[in-house]
Amino acid sequence: MSDAVAVLMIMTIGTYALKSVGPLVLGARLLPVRVQALVDLLPAALLAALTLVSTVGSGASISIDARLVGVVVAGIALWRRAPFVLVVLVAAAATALVRLLA
Amino acid sequence: MGKTVGDLQQAAARRVIRRQAASIVAAVAPFGIVFGASAATAGFTLLEAIGFSALIFGGSSQFAAAEILGDGGSIASAAVAGLLLNVRSLAFGVIMAPALTGAFWQRAAMSQLMIDESTAVGTSTTDPALRRYGYLCAGIGVFVVWNITTVLGHLVFSDAGDLINDLGLDAAGPAAFLALLWPRLRQRPQLRTAIAGAVIALVLVPIAPPGVPILAAIAGVVVAGRQTPAVKEGAGSE
Repeated sequence: MSDAVAVLMIMTIGTYALKSVGPLVLGARLLPVRVQALVDLLPAALLAALTLVSTVGSGASISIDARLVGVVVAGIALWRRAPFVLVVLVAAAATALVRLLA
Repeated sequence: MGKTVGDLQQAAARRVIRRQAASIVAAVAPFGIVFGASAATAGFTLLEAIGFSALIFGGSSQFAAAEILGDGGSIASAAVAGLLLNVRSLAFGVIMAPALTGAFWQRAAMSQLMIDESTAVGTSTTDPALRRYGYLCAGIGVFVVWNITTVLGHLVFSDAGDLINDLGLDAAGPAAFLALLWPRLRQRPQLRTAIAGAVIALVLVPIAPPGVPILAAIAGVVVAGRQTPAVKEGAGSE
């Protein structure tokens, strides 16, 4: 079994459990406000870490390369309220351009 | 013929909801292509990529797991990071549950569609029947498009290691993460949490095994949560 299949099985079961607790178990009851607030913050920490690590991480070291230019350009595009497609496209294009020129 | 004013209002409301759902579904398509490409880059087979999109069906968590595995991270760190990104589905389920009534098998089937998009469209109205309608329109629409575009992305980029680099597609993943994060940064507690998470992860990259820095970033929630006085507005989730 490949690592991907193992992760797939664990995440399928775990994710479905998370998705279905509300409709299958809780019904109309609510989570405590404290828990709800923490749940609401979790993605921000994870997505920020993912953004940064996938921009400058390579294995167990930090490498500043063309990807960083792409992500900075993506940030500018987001700031200019560009739609998702455009954000990803300009990030890729900027990175490709830097590699072409380097 | 026999249509009350209420029926007509419902029909009009449903039309608005269908339009909302359609625009959200369209926005998901490029994201699915990028996931297919990322999965190919991480070494997933086509079947594995489809498995992720159909069985897990949770965009950012699929990206995270592919990213960590592709980077040489362990099964545990990839799975835990992915699952943590899906903890919000629990909150969505709690919010949507009153509108998703029915037989056990119906509730079980509808649960699989518990994602950001379906919850966003579902909660755009207050009437339970309309909530359910919006949830199902967006959920089913995204499910279909997400899986088709995953296949397309994987097929186009599976044998194209050099092409991925030449086209700068390795920057597409981080750009996608940033795009998902962006709307949250307008709120102070979210911004603080994001900065804390990013700093923690960056410091750990050179010293911890791949995947661990991303998991450790959740400590950012504690850091930011402490500074927030009791979150008075009461569960402000979207």
